[in-house]
Amino acid sequence: MNSSVIIFPGSNCDRDMEVALKKFGFKNKMIWHDDINLPKSDLVVLPGGFSYGDYLRCGSMASKSKIIKSIIDFAKSGGLLMGICNGFQILTETELLPGVLLRNKFSEFICKNVFVKINNTENSYFKKIKKQTLKLHIAHNEGNYFCTNDQMKEIQDNNQIAMFYCNEKGEIKEQSNPNGSINNIAGIFNKEKNILGMMPHPERMIDEYLSGEDGSLFFENLLNNLK
Amino acid sequence: MENYDQLKIESNTLKISVVVTLKKAVLDPQGTTIMKALKGMNFNNINEVRQGKYFEIEINEKSQKKAEEQVSMMCEKLLANLVIEDYKIIGSQ
Repeated sequence: MNSSVIIFPGSNCDRDMEVALKKFGFKNKMIWHDDINLPKSDLVVLPGGFSYGDYLRCGSMASKSKIIKSIIDFAKSGGLLMGICNGFQILTETELLPGVLLRNKFSEFICKNVFVKINNTENSYFKKIKKQTLKLHIAHNEGNYFCTNDQMKEIQDNNQIAMFYCNEKGEIKEQSNPNGSINNIAGIFNKEKNILGMMPHPERMIDEYLSGEDGSLFFENLLNNLK
Repeated sequence: MENYDQLKIESNTLKISVVVTLKKAVLDPQGTTIMKALKGMNFNNINEVRQGKYFEIEINEKSQKKAEEQVSMMCEKLLANLVIEDYKIIGSQ
């Protein structure tokens, strides 16, 4: 399976993502944001980081990069496109995903492990995943998911919520919402479920000694689903 | 004569000022934090602080109408995210 990780000026999880993808069997290419053409890919990843120093709004400058047109074409033709953290912010700024990521409710940068509950498994990302509640890492200042009432209705009608922040038992409670996101939303899909944006970093959870292995579950499962 | 030419060149440009603010319904934790700091400095009569962004765009255009139309497009495409923000052109010179 071929994957492409896009590097923007200020991306800083691009290499972690490549390590994770390669560990689980993807043949990965790193693609510079100023390139025009995307190589043939089964999965394209917009990695975490601080593209363009978060100038203007997080992800807004990156959403106007040269490579974005090819990425939109790729996604519109059904290709799997995943945005992690800053990548999620870029996906909302390109309007490939609805809504926006606001500054965290309590005005603090959050860097910690959290639990997320997978909400929708009828897609290439989570189909047959072994666990419904995953322990993943978050590190962000703007992860407070917000959308208009009309957008929320559409998201719910189309079952587009990918995952919720929850506690260890998988219960979705206000106390387990780290950043003030509407309805504890940690990640969403587009209508067709080929585009996934999420704040947690699965690529940081692929080593049992360093962190945890719930990210490994995610990548192994994703690869199996793509085979 | 030189000065006159310079003036003529300058009159071919317009500077448009635009302010982008969060919509009323959107929480503004930065504004709230600033308000708390101001209250800590004994400015006790404040009800609310909302933070926004201010842009000055110098544009090679003689017509104010055309220049403002262009800046509106810039706001809609990049400077503002209309899900959460409003924009307002507050001056042309």
